[in-house]
Amino acid sequence: MAGIVELTLAQLRDGLRAKKFSAVEVADAYIGAVEKARDLNAFIVETPDLAREQAKAADARLAKGEGRDLEGVPLGIKDLFCTKGVQTTAASKILKGYVPQYESTVTSNLFGAGATMLGKLNLDEFAMGSANITSHFGNVKNPWKRKDGKDLVPGGSSGGSAAAVAARIVAGATGTDTGGSIRQPASLTGIVGLKPTYGRCSRWGIVAFASSLDQAGPMARDVRDAAILLKAMAGHDPKDSTSVPRPVPDYEKALTGNVKGLRFGIPKEYRIDGMPAEIEKLWQQGIEWLKAAGATPVEISLPHTKYALPTYYIIAPAEASSNLARYDGVRYGLRVPGSSLDEMYENTRAEGFGAEVRRRILIGTYVLSAGYYDAYYLKAQKVRTLIFQDFQKAWEQCDVILTPATPSAAFAIGENQDDPLSMYLQDVFTVPVNLAGLPGLSVPAGLSAEGLPLGLQLIGKPFDEETLLRVGGVVETAANFTARPGA
Amino acid sequence: MIIEGKTGNWELVIGLEVHAQVVSNAKLFSGSSAAFGAEPNTQVSFVDAAFPGMLPVINAFCVEQAIKTGLGIEATINEVSVFDRKNYFYADLPQGYQISQFTRPIVSGGRLVLDLPGGKTREIGVTRLHMEQDAGKSIHDQHPSKSYIDLNRSGVCLMEIVSEPEIRTPEEAGAYLKKLRAILRYLGTCDGNMEEGSMRCDANVSVRRVGTTEFGTRCEIKNVNSIRYVMQAIEYEATRQVELIEDGGTVKQETRLWDVSKGVTRSMRSKEHAHDYRYFPDPDLLPLVLDPKEIARIKAEMPELPDAKKARFVDQYKLTPYDASVLVAEKEQAAFFEEVAKGRKDPKLAANWVIVELFGALNKQGKDVTNSPVSAKALAGLLDLIENDTISGRIAKDVFQIMVETGKDAASIVEEKGLKQVTDTGAIDAAIAKVMAENEAKVAEYRAGKVTLFGWFVGQVMKGTGGKANPAKVNEILKAKLAG
Repeated sequence: MAGIVELTLAQLRDGLRAKKFSAVEVADAYIGAVEKARDLNAFIVETPDLAREQAKAADARLAKGEGRDLEGVPLGIKDLFCTKGVQTTAASKILKGYVPQYESTVTSNLFGAGATMLGKLNLDEFAMGSANITSHFGNVKNPWKRKDGKDLVPGGSSGGSAAAVAARIVAGATGTDTGGSIRQPASLTGIVGLKPTYGRCSRWGIVAFASSLDQAGPMARDVRDAAILLKAMAGHDPKDSTSVPRPVPDYEKALTGNVKGLRFGIPKEYRIDGMPAEIEKLWQQGIEWLKAAGATPVEISLPHTKYALPTYYIIAPAEASSNLARYDGVRYGLRVPGSSLDEMYENTRAEGFGAEVRRRILIGTYVLSAGYYDAYYLKAQKVRTLIFQDFQKAWEQCDVILTPATPSAAFAIGENQDDPLSMYLQDVFTVPVNLAGLPGLSVPAGLSAEGLPLGLQLIGKPFDEETLLRVGGVVETAANFTARPGA
Repeated sequence: MIIEGKTGNWELVIGLEVHAQVVSNAKLFSGSSAAFGAEPNTQVSFVDAAFPGMLPVINAFCVEQAIKTGLGIEATINEVSVFDRKNYFYADLPQGYQISQFTRPIVSGGRLVLDLPGGKTREIGVTRLHMEQDAGKSIHDQHPSKSYIDLNRSGVCLMEIVSEPEIRTPEEAGAYLKKLRAILRYLGTCDGNMEEGSMRCDANVSVRRVGTTEFGTRCEIKNVNSIRYVMQAIEYEATRQVELIEDGGTVKQETRLWDVSKGVTRSMRSKEHAHDYRYFPDPDLLPLVLDPKEIARIKAEMPELPDAKKARFVDQYKLTPYDASVLVAEKEQAAFFEEVAKGRKDPKLAANWVIVELFGALNKQGKDVTNSPVSAKALAGLLDLIENDTISGRIAKDVFQIMVETGKDAASIVEEKGLKQVTDTGAIDAAIAKVMAENEAKVAEYRAGKVTLFGWFVGQVMKGTGGKANPAKVNEILKAKLAG
């Protein structure tokens, strides 16, 4: 059934429960779609056998009327989540061939809700990148094309997840977001991406990039699908000390479409220099949509916004430099021999890590070094607190914040590539959200002049994903984003 | 200790860093067993081996052990402390960093009272106590070209306890370690076994001219696995530094290893690169916030510690401070003594017997009170016989010897061997009469004023009764008879 892959996750779930089709049929339809879309390079590993096996088990449950929330729904899993018995690489040569003997909490939750897995999705190496061009397994292509026909990047780091959801070769996908890695690729591929509040989803079993910023979240075709996935992914995990013991609401129920009386903040500092007119226009359009739905715009100030990127590019590499020390060739993964222990380390890490990862390890090592720690890391932590306080003050005036998701539409492979700084600018609107630990949602809202998707970002109060999703649903309805890649 | 150098007198400045392995079934951040002596790599979880995506979760019991220890050294328990990462690469450090506490330790500002010879005491400040993970173990001598790694120890909880640089002699260093070890053992927070490495000590040693207050350059001595060696190493190192300075050299700040076989400290092979540990707060762990109520509960459940016990022994049993400090040095010893002394008219007698006779015998056999051939009850039985005049103190020593050898109780030994003391004055009278009759010349000498012969007469009478005569009675009657 070719039509199966056109269904949203919610429709698929309902169809499975109504026995309109079987989980095995669904799996087969998606396995076929995955095979046809290999040109995108969205997957590092495909797991069709596993998907069929899981689908059979799902059918057995569905037959007994015991279908769980995601019974028989095929997902793609970002290859940053450790999956038991299935290679997990973080898109790095240093972990090529590594097969975990444990299952990450988030994937375990998803499988526990009945989801099936089509494979492991490509990403920027160790989730470091905004274009999915740093993967050891090659870049991912955006299913969207510019008018000049050039291959475009899907954004990153969750580029494989975004491309796969946009190309409808998975019903939904997991992503992780450290500085925008869910929301930016979602925006660049015309899908919905949700970075939950820090602590909402367990980090256990996710290859760490920057522990104080990393957060797993759903990437989906629409807001409802994101809500369904988040419910299954989230929850307290005693194995992650930073996960928060709060009950998980039924996020789907939050999608009432009613935002009357809600106040949404428009941060003046997000009107950055050189912002393309079409982004500005899209933002204005978003304001109009929410006003029309009965919400009230409030101009707010987040005065430390301009320090967010530099702060992020101190804290994230600092943590990464330490988190990635374990890839040393001693216990698992790549080992390149040397005549001494130190030489083995040097050979292994020089060959195992790509250029961007090495750059961030070096930056991180530098900012933590004796004599520089106070000037960089400590200062950055103080600024981070100020950024957090900016948002706290903003919540006195508004319930949610509306911003653009990215400063531009998808760019071509090769563009932005020579200059790390312009690449880092991709995260200018998303990074403050990670620094403050807040939830952020990217919703497709329109097309660029080049016919490429553009997203709007909604930022919520801590653990108020419900409001975020509710407002996101209203934006989604108003935007009526029906454009499709390759159309 | 003052070192008399060629150019004047020098004083030692010593600070000790003790790593005490916390008594706990599980490791600090994983559920793996922390037991000693298992087959290599059998007590290793994915967390201990730092597999991708693994996260540490603090073991609440280890925290409680650290709090207990902090209270035991009368320190401040910090309601908020922070775990930091200490970054360095080594094959037996799987994460590439050690989780430790750097800027904000769980415990700060404690003190230890040293028991010194002659019953003197001296107080030494404890700067801090923090919790950290142990590393694994590298084994280099099993293969010609490879090293083996055992991660059983990786992640085991250690307490690093740092003294102020207030220790002035090797003896004080020894007393510091003994007192710390006693407190740890009383609390059950560390077994204090230096040979197995569950208590390790690094000593920071410098010297300065007597009368000056500036610190000299210090050396850190590592790898010392007994209290005796710590004392020897400090003495050697201080002497080395004095000679070096007096010969026109300067002390280089460095890490030195104690070479047991040669009895010297030597410079550790200088590392190829100086370590910059790049400490920063571990983002995988929230700050450790303690509930004051919980601290109060632990405080309320604290056992009596050596200093308090010592004071009580002096007060309750009228022991000398020195005897009391000897007895309280080990919890089991103190308990043994109390069992022997219980309800006794003369607890000092019990203390003497425990310290002199029992410890002497145990020492010879390489045993301690926990596996003593003479139980506290048996020793009490022997002391009962002395106190009720059944046997003399001298006979008691013989009986004790038999008890040590056979494990029998005192009363049956006395019965079997017919060692009961003769208190019947008739028998003593007869023995005295016999001695006086056989030694008329000596009686005359005595009566002529050579009273020093009295002891000789006592000896003869005792000999005549096979040592069983009650010495006090012999004294009393003999004195009267000799007086004529």
